[in-house]
Amino acid sequence: MVARALPSRNELFDILDEVKDPEVPVLSVVELGIVRDAAASDSGISITVTPTYSGCPAMREIEAEIRTALEAHGLGPVEIRTVYAPAWTTDWIAPAARDKLEAYGIAPPGPARESDELVPLRRARVRCPYCRSTNTEQKSAFGSTACKSIWFCRECRQPFEEFKAI
Amino acid sequence: MAPLFPYLLRLADDRLVLGHRLSEWCGHGPILEEDIALANISLDLIGEATLLLKLAGEIEGQGRSEDALAYFRDAIDYRNALFAELPRGDFAFTIVRQFLFSVFSLLQMEALTKSANADLAGIAAKAVKEARYHVRHCAQWVVTLGDGTEESHARAQTALDELWRYTGELVMADDVDRDVANAGLGVDPSTLASAWRAEVDRVLAEATLTVPQVTYMQRGGRDGKHTEHLGHLLSEMQIVARSHPEATW
Repeated sequence: MVARALPSRNELFDILDEVKDPEVPVLSVVELGIVRDAAASDSGISITVTPTYSGCPAMREIEAEIRTALEAHGLGPVEIRTVYAPAWTTDWIAPAARDKLEAYGIAPPGPARESDELVPLRRARVRCPYCRSTNTEQKSAFGSTACKSIWFCRECRQPFEEFKAI
Repeated sequence: MAPLFPYLLRLADDRLVLGHRLSEWCGHGPILEEDIALANISLDLIGEATLLLKLAGEIEGQGRSEDALAYFRDAIDYRNALFAELPRGDFAFTIVRQFLFSVFSLLQMEALTKSANADLAGIAAKAVKEARYHVRHCAQWVVTLGDGTEESHARAQTALDELWRYTGELVMADDVDRDVANAGLGVDPSTLASAWRAEVDRVLAEATLTVPQVTYMQRGGRDGKHTEHLGHLLSEMQIVARSHPEATW
């Protein structure tokens, strides 16, 4: 039997940072806050994940890719546990990841607290990720995926997506 | 444990059946943005139903998965309110119904975040965020239609007139509700009635719509007594799973 040191939580997170979200391929599942915990034991690897939306259709693919990434590093068996509390919030997306989103053409989410009001006060306009103008308007509260809404920039005449703050 | 299973079926079936009704709009929305919106709301509701049915199956302890509960129960075993199964009607009917339900769902899920069952509390915390977004979107549309053209106002008012007698069942309580409420697991829907009504009245007033004078509230769904519409809905929803029960994809 070959003695081998168990990977630390940080090492596991580094591996999972290679797994990109299939619908927002510029961010990893770690950067999005989908991976909540990771632990290694003699019996295998345990990963805790939480979905962004209750009906997010990408979760199964994400789980499969997490498995594949860990197995590619010779780790396993992999057990994936799904938790719903605390509920996922866009506030978990770190500043560096927000910059990546904007560079990719998706306006990053504003503070989630602001969107908690049932009838929100007129919120700050979303900044266009292409020309940085705030002369923008929301075209559709819902977008191509559960996590996005559709906006239009009046300056550069570009439609763009915003990551919905929840 | 015993009372939570039938209670979870009520929560889940409202969302699964209404989510299916919304999905019928996919490709038929009046404008592209609304087509996308209805499909997104549908996805949220079906997602919530999936989590609730999974939990229901675990609590029942008979090895039934969320798919088994969704696809292999007949209408008589469904526990959604009749409100959810009525045909989708026109866009005004769909929007008015979705508004009335979303306000209720938001209040219900907010209360359920305090459930003594940690899994249910977690599912509710997610659903609150989704329901809040739905309320906001639908309320905007109710005002747009109600306080819009003569045609849109008439359609929204007709929808409200038709739907109102089915709203009572959402906030009616029986022993199933009272048992889970007493155990700290669930919420008695009748305790949400006044808050629901206040929020609904506020938006309907803004929309210049009038609550119809209805004294009799239709009920039955919570006991498995459904309209003829549910059977047709289920036949479409369940056909693939029942024709190919072993299929995976």
